Amino acid sequence: FHLSHKVTRVVPESALLIVLGLVLGGIVWAADHIASFALTPIVFFFYLLPPIVLDAGYFMPNRLFFGNLGSILLYAVIGTVWNAATTGLSLYGVYQTGIMGHLNSGLLDFLLFGSLIAAVDPVAVLAVFEEVHVNEVLFIIVFGESLLNDAVTVVLYHVFETFVAIGPEKVTGIECVKGVVSFFVVSLGGTLVGIFFAFLLSLVCRFTKHVRIIEPGFVFIISYLSYLTAEMLSLSSILAITFCGICCQKYVKANISEQSSTTVRYTMKMMASGAETIIFMFLGISAVNPDIWTWNTAFILLTLVFISVYRVIGVVLQTWILNHYRMVQLEIIDQVVMSYGGLRGAVAFALAVLLDDTKVKEKNLFVSTTIIVVFFTVIFQGLTIKPLVQWLKVKKTEHREPKLNEKLHGRAFDHILSAIEDISGQIGHNYLRDKWSNFDRKFLSKVLMRRSAQKSRDQILNVFHELNLKDAI
Amino acid sequence: MGSRASTLLRDEEIEEIKKETGFSHSQITRLYSRFTSLDKGENGTLSREDFQRIPELAINPLGDRIINAFFPEGEDQVNFRGFMRTLAHFRPIEDNEKSKDQNGPEPLNSRSNKLHFAFRLYDLDKDGRISRDELLQVLRMMVGVNISDEQLGSIADRTIQEADQDGDSAISFAEFVKVLEKVDVEQKMSIRFLH
Repeated sequence: FHLSHKVTRVVPESALLIVLGLVLGGIVWAADHIASFALTPIVFFFYLLPPIVLDAGYFMPNRLFFGNLGSILLYAVIGTVWNAATTGLSLYGVYQTGIMGHLNSGLLDFLLFGSLIAAVDPVAVLAVFEEVHVNEVLFIIVFGESLLNDAVTVVLYHVFETFVAIGPEKVTGIECVKGVVSFFVVSLGGTLVGIFFAFLLSLVCRFTKHVRIIEPGFVFIISYLSYLTAEMLSLSSILAITFCGICCQKYVKANISEQSSTTVRYTMKMMASGAETIIFMFLGISAVNPDIWTWNTAFILLTLVFISVYRVIGVVLQTWILNHYRMVQLEIIDQVVMSYGGLRGAVAFALAVLLDDTKVKEKNLFVSTTIIVVFFTVIFQGLTIKPLVQWLKVKKTEHREPKLNEKLHGRAFDHILSAIEDISGQIGHNYLRDKWSNFDRKFLSKVLMRRSAQKSRDQILNVFHELNLKDAI
Repeated sequence: MGSRASTLLRDEEIEEIKKETGFSHSQITRLYSRFTSLDKGENGTLSREDFQRIPELAINPLGDRIINAFFPEGEDQVNFRGFMRTLAHFRPIEDNEKSKDQNGPEPLNSRSNKLHFAFRLYDLDKDGRISRDELLQVLRMMVGVNISDEQLGSIADRTIQEADQDGDSAISFAEFVKVLEKVDVEQKMSIRFLH
């Protein structure tokens, strides 16, 4: 596709890949009349998803992320629960009216479906947003939401799955409470696992002065370990590997050599890119599998309508609440992009395929609907988001050369703001950030960073060095 | 709100401060109780020692200079009006203000005034320019003691080189504004004041 720029400018790469997958699947099917390749959940969850999420975490702009963490958490948790509940309940309500014909499902099945289709998908968001270049605050909110809602999705999915398994009669209040508690356990547990492994990784990288060659190996292995450990403990593995990447980036980048750093960066990008490509192609291929196709017009159409409508409502409501607490307000235009950018992707598909069809009788319907929804959001919304962004004149990122002045004065501003916060007796972001960086400088860096790295890791110096390097070339 | 705090601040005063700075009624009363809690001498004004008593300010590299910014030229005490006037620089710029009348005096928290505040922190001798030495001093305070003087010097030189347009090896206010034109100063120099 890269040979024809005209096409790629209009159509997002992910959409093209899905189409390619469809074509390939069609060829295979026509040739053999059997559907051979399919995206199995195991392959997806254990091999394809981790590199993408690790790449996201490792290169996450931490300051932006933590600065907007409140908003991100609100959208991720409340937003996803809202989407799941409303979609599931509405579908059930419509089912009761009989438009959908006869389906072998109860309320819980619908809620289960709602929970797996509700989550915004990080892979899809990354794939589409990286071609659109919206401003960083917007991007980080949508992307952060897509990463953090994994915990919610996992919990909801498992909770409803067990409910369906034990049958609707046995669901009591206690089970619901257990569900809520398990949410906290899963999310906090996953995060802690990630942080623990980040700590381990940074510590290991501190001592690898004499074994530089295998430094990149450590980065990948230990991060993957965090993913696996979380999976093993039934905690949120996406959260684990995300936070592993987020927390270790500073120390690892400081400790490892230049060549290792470059190696890590390129390998990570390559794996993430490759995994993304494979995921979308497989989505296309798996769709060409006549065994699983069950068509129910009303169900599919209504799902599409409901998820879009409820996402918009959810975003608007939450933004209204958030704007009371945020300094940088989120405008209507931002909200439009946020609602429109709520793409569903392969995670939903994999979860749907994972359903046990002895317990969930309508699994095939759910799977086919999921495929349609994913295709719709990725292809249609992916195609139209770029013109939409341009038409609405959304603020875009400007790719700028780092200027020494900006960094220097930026630092000065930070100090000024913390001082003013102290003087006016408030605890704000700057105060917290300062406290953290003091703590970090006194304890964490001493433990986790190599002595030689500790001296020279100042941001202003980094910009200075970069500029010097550029001049020298 | 203690009874002492509210009796000492008359409503007309609050109105005047509101008009001058743009803070809301509740923000002003809240900041007033903060002012009185800092005022250990209980004489209605703050001295430099009162500020220095704030623990986090002591480890802030620019702490002393910021404290100085509160005190008008040559004075050692600042009253509540002056306190609020300085804090007003950091109010976020609200949308409804942008369309207010252009003929009135510029609000204290305009972009230009925010930048001016920062500029004054660098420019100690108040000659309207940041010289190499002044920049070097600030750099040394902010970047820390691990860097050699040479390196600091080159950083300072480079910074001036980036910004300097009229070739006087110093940064004037106009050059300062120009070099920061792409930075979202409204956001970077504002804090949300609680109600």
